[in-house]
Amino acid sequence: MSQYLLSVHHTADDPMLSAPLEEMQPVFEAVGRFNDRLMAEGAWVFAGGLHPIESATTVDNTGAEPIVTDGPFAESKEWIGGFWIIEAPDLDAALAWAAEGSKACAGKVEVRPFQEEPA
Amino acid sequence: MSAAHDAVERIYREEYGRVVASLVRRFGDIDVAEEAAGEALLTALERWPADGVPPNPGGWLTTTAARRAIDKLRRESRRDAKHQAALMIDDDTPHEPTGVVEDDRLRMVFTCCHPALAPEARVALTLKLLGGLTVAEIAQAFLVPETTMAQRITRAKKKIRDAHIPYRVPAPADLTARLGGVLAVVYLVFNEGYLASAGDTPVREELTGEAIRLGRVLRQLLPDVPEVTGLLALMLLTEARRPVRFAGGELVPLHEQDRGGWDRALIAEGHDLVRACLAAGRPGQYQLLAAVNAVHTDAPTAADTDWGQIATLYAQLETIAPSPVVSLNRAVAVAELDGPEVALALVDRLDLTAYHPWHATRADLLRRVGRSAEARAAYDAAIAATGNDAERAYLARRRGSLAP
Repeated sequence: MSQYLLSVHHTADDPMLSAPLEEMQPVFEAVGRFNDRLMAEGAWVFAGGLHPIESATTVDNTGAEPIVTDGPFAESKEWIGGFWIIEAPDLDAALAWAAEGSKACAGKVEVRPFQEEPA
Repeated sequence: MSAAHDAVERIYREEYGRVVASLVRRFGDIDVAEEAAGEALLTALERWPADGVPPNPGGWLTTTAARRAIDKLRRESRRDAKHQAALMIDDDTPHEPTGVVEDDRLRMVFTCCHPALAPEARVALTLKLLGGLTVAEIAQAFLVPETTMAQRITRAKKKIRDAHIPYRVPAPADLTARLGGVLAVVYLVFNEGYLASAGDTPVREELTGEAIRLGRVLRQLLPDVPEVTGLLALMLLTEARRPVRFAGGELVPLHEQDRGGWDRALIAEGHDLVRACLAAGRPGQYQLLAAVNAVHTDAPTAADTDWGQIATLYAQLETIAPSPVVSLNRAVAVAELDGPEVALALVDRLDLTAYHPWHATRADLLRRVGRSAEARAAYDAAIAATGNDAERAYLARRRGSLAP
């Protein structure tokens, strides 16, 4: 089994971002059902939705002093809105989960394998 | 090069895909498999010329390569404590069930053509791992520098390893969707061989031959999928005309070809396959294209061509796989049935200015309706848009035959 990060990507012109909460209810419910399936099939490791991109703070301690900046590390029109970490036997299985997750949360999902623990 | 040496090379090329695919199944690592296959070749080159070719050369190569791979993994497991790899040395049990068909090469084709790999990487990997082509040969076929092709292949292999792309034929439910990508890769390899996109070699037989061989493997493994049969029929019927497609460094178009030079055995086989797949009643794009070629190769002379049937087949193709290229081909048939004016009206509506056959078809239609000046300009555009010297020579001759 391998672990994969399934990250959900939102874009600045995503209509979902400006939608009122009650319109989002079906999405929340679909994601809830998807999460239940992940758990029932033993694929669930961890998942979470993130607050909007405006809430991000970036810390850079690669120089002499840590520098704290308001905002994401890169200005871009796409950002991560949330993610799942799952266990899957191979990429095909991970892609199948991603397809379901994308449908549930109405967003694009990127699939990336975690690095293996060094032997 | 001795004759024995050539024979070893030939057998190796034929067996390479099978050897690598079976080693990948056993050892789960493409690089280990390729390296071991390469070492087995060196051993064969040493031994076969003196001892003679063994009765089952493919089996000999696989066994020799497997021993090399085991030796290597033993050495590494001692050095790096790669326990997982070490386990495989003794574990000869088959891996988990691998899908509808148990064939190592088919598994490799589906791995190489996985949708998670970039399309150009799929073609390159397929040629490398199943066709046994060298990186230099693949780079040359696709007109990119060897370093670029090497990077592309390395990246694809790394992604297969890191993302755990499985060595597996998809489940029956997913097969149709995934098979489409596999057939597209095989057809792409064939087309690049059939009319090389540039250079002084108009045809690259090693590519058409390899595509047909892969097509035969697929058909052997998936005999009940009509599109697989259709693609093989399409390639055979196209290949059958190859011997007379070029003369004196010039492309010879279908209606000018010496039909006596067509390969009758390939045509007979192609016709049988077309009949077999169409009988299934599920026509797809490859079956329809094969049927078009069956109609062409059925006509004793160009004038006997059943253009009505060809136009019908392209119209059917327009409904199931619409594309401006299909419409262009239908227009060619329409020109024969309803005249060049009607066809020209169809062709002018298509947005294909970057596609040299569009210019060439327009040039021909304009010539036939007597608009010589416009035809000349269209020939110029077609000549500028193609990189194939033989095709350029043909177009230049046609342009030269226009009224001044």
